[in-house]
Amino acid sequence: MARVVVEVMLKPEILDPQGQAVANALPRLGVTGVRSVRIGKRIEIEFSGEPDLEQARQVADKLLANPVIEDFSLRVEETTEATS
Amino acid sequence: MKAIIGVVTFPGSLDDRDAVRAVARAGATPVRLWHGDSDLHGVTAVILPGGFSYGDYLRCGAIARFAPVMETIADAARGGLPVLGICNGFQILCEAHLLPGALTRNEHLHFRNRDQSLRIGSTASAWTKVFVPGQEIVIPVKNGEGRFVADPHTLDELEAEDRVVARYVGGNPNGSQLDIAAIRNEAGNVVGIMPHPEHAVDELTGPSLDGLGFFASVLRHLSGDALAGVASGLASPGGGSEPSAESESASRAPVESMASSRGSA
Repeated sequence: MARVVVEVMLKPEILDPQGQAVANALPRLGVTGVRSVRIGKRIEIEFSGEPDLEQARQVADKLLANPVIEDFSLRVEETTEATS
Repeated sequence: MKAIIGVVTFPGSLDDRDAVRAVARAGATPVRLWHGDSDLHGVTAVILPGGFSYGDYLRCGAIARFAPVMETIADAARGGLPVLGICNGFQILCEAHLLPGALTRNEHLHFRNRDQSLRIGSTASAWTKVFVPGQEIVIPVKNGEGRFVADPHTLDELEAEDRVVARYVGGNPNGSQLDIAAIRNEAGNVVGIMPHPEHAVDELTGPSLDGLGFFASVLRHLSGDALAGVASGLASPGGGSEPSAESESASRAPVESMASSRGSA
């Protein structure tokens, strides 16, 4: 089985107030020297058979990301069935 | 032509009832439309109300855009059907690419809920005909993701083509670019607005009656179209500031009973 992992990020020129809020909290943890934090989404799509990258790309372009404000990337990730 | 205005209910819509009420107050017949029903039931204009359609999962309006009713509305809007998207409805219109740009998280991350002053820009839209350019109005604003953003080219285009319908004055509540509160499409039939005209139609509950202007505008738009199409010899409608379809309310009863039989679906 394989999954397609889609990562969605706000475009660099789009303000990310969530990322800024996190960045502003870092000094409270004693972390300094961080220039910026940006927050995105990771979406995992599991196909029942072979992963259809083209279909996943359409899903990402039409629904998962809004191309007006976001960029996305996708890749196939092999999953090893968790066996105990 | 009787103005029959559809108000869509999505799962998570909140302001559909207020929109229905505002439509009736303005003298038109409201018809409730259901997100899962692609039939527009003969409405002559559509309102996409505020709220949190489909929980606003993924992005505000992203899932609502693919609702069966939206496919029909998108086609009809491209054909000239007047559509007003309020708040979440504005977000849906942007997601559906019926309007440019996008609505993003408020700059300061706070949900803003207050009475907001706006300056009317373009009155060349179906929903702002009774206003005068530069007129200031006060209606409630309430959003967490209301900051309008678009690329510089789109912003230039909106300015150059007089497509900014309203701007925030007396303080921008969300960091919207160019203080944009409302925009229209090229043809002027589709308008998206972040603040809530439907909450300003009643002295008891609203900060003003300024919201009525948006609904009165579409009535004038619709009656103007009907006259132009059917009887060009008639006097032009809407000389004064009164909603021009007010006089048609006598013929409302039969349609209203049809509307109420649909209930709240």
